Amino acid sequence: MIAGLGLLVGIILGLMLQPEVPLWLEPYLPIAVVAALDAVFGALRAFLDGIFDDKVFVISFISNVLIAALIVYLGDKLGVGGQLSTGVIVVLGIRIFSNVAAIRRHIFHA
Amino acid sequence: MPEMSDDMDEPQTGRQRLLAALTRPGSRGQLTAAILLAVVGFAGVVQVQSTEENDVYAGARQEDLIQLLNSLGLASQRAENEIAELEQTRSSLRNNTDSRRAALEQARQEANVLGILAGTLPAVGPGVLITVEDPTGGVGTNQLLDGLEELRDAGAEAIEINDTVRVVAQTSLQQGDDGGIVVDGQLLTPPYTIEAIGDSHTLADSLDIPGGFTDGIEEVGGNVVVKELTTVEVTTTRDPTQPEYAEPVETE
Repeated sequence: MIAGLGLLVGIILGLMLQPEVPLWLEPYLPIAVVAALDAVFGALRAFLDGIFDDKVFVISFISNVLIAALIVYLGDKLGVGGQLSTGVIVVLGIRIFSNVAAIRRHIFHA
Repeated sequence: MPEMSDDMDEPQTGRQRLLAALTRPGSRGQLTAAILLAVVGFAGVVQVQSTEENDVYAGARQEDLIQLLNSLGLASQRAENEIAELEQTRSSLRNNTDSRRAALEQARQEANVLGILAGTLPAVGPGVLITVEDPTGGVGTNQLLDGLEELRDAGAEAIEINDTVRVVAQTSLQQGDDGGIVVDGQLLTPPYTIEAIGDSHTLADSLDIPGGFTDGIEEVGGNVVVKELTTVEVTTTRDPTQPEYAEPVETE
């Protein structure tokens, strides 16, 4: 309940404040958001499995975001930023799909 | 990293757990999740907005971008050509105005010169003031005409008699019936004052030559006083007369 409210508050804040994305953050923010989404779906699945642990959630969230940003940064430095970003997105996308599939099985038993 | 265990042998089903979490205000875990979800929501919305704002061309293919760039280059070249053309037009117009202004200035000067010569404009300048007294009534057209011719010969540019008649090319002199002189149909009576604009010294000298104007007047009992002035005002003007018979000859 509170978790849902938190999501709502975040979206409303973003809509109301409409902050400019700082230039140095611009390449990392999209990947970081996708990585965070992966952590969120993983946490939801763990919660439905009954093994949710908030400590694990926080750590996985932060480490997902940081690693995603680090990979993009490294890719930029190596000159393969675009490809590496695509790779990260693909991997995270696959994980999100598998997590969502598990969540679906829990909720709809299908 | 979230856990990946997939075993389903829990006493409570996932659905029940979700329902419970949604209906109860939650635990510490829910609060943590709320904060992180707020962060995700915030970042996601910000990213979406910044993408919508400025990335019109982000998804375009390379060929499209090249084509776009080419067309923009062409457009800017066209605009530059147009600018150059307009600037040329402007400079030519400016030249036109300048030459027209010069022509107008010249025409105005010419009109001034001709106006002074034809007597249509008042004139001012150095010259002489001649006063002719005629106690005996002997001064006639001969003497006056003599004087006018002398003045013209000496380069007088504008001549006026008695402040009433401007002497020009068409001026005529006639003896008045009861004394006096009729100039251009106007009867003038002595004393006559003649104002002439020109080099005052030359004009004065021209009148003083032996057998000239002064001598002629004195011969018939008159009296001449010539004053050289630095400013003589010839204020009388004539209406320009339209030539009735004479027409200008067209010159190539």
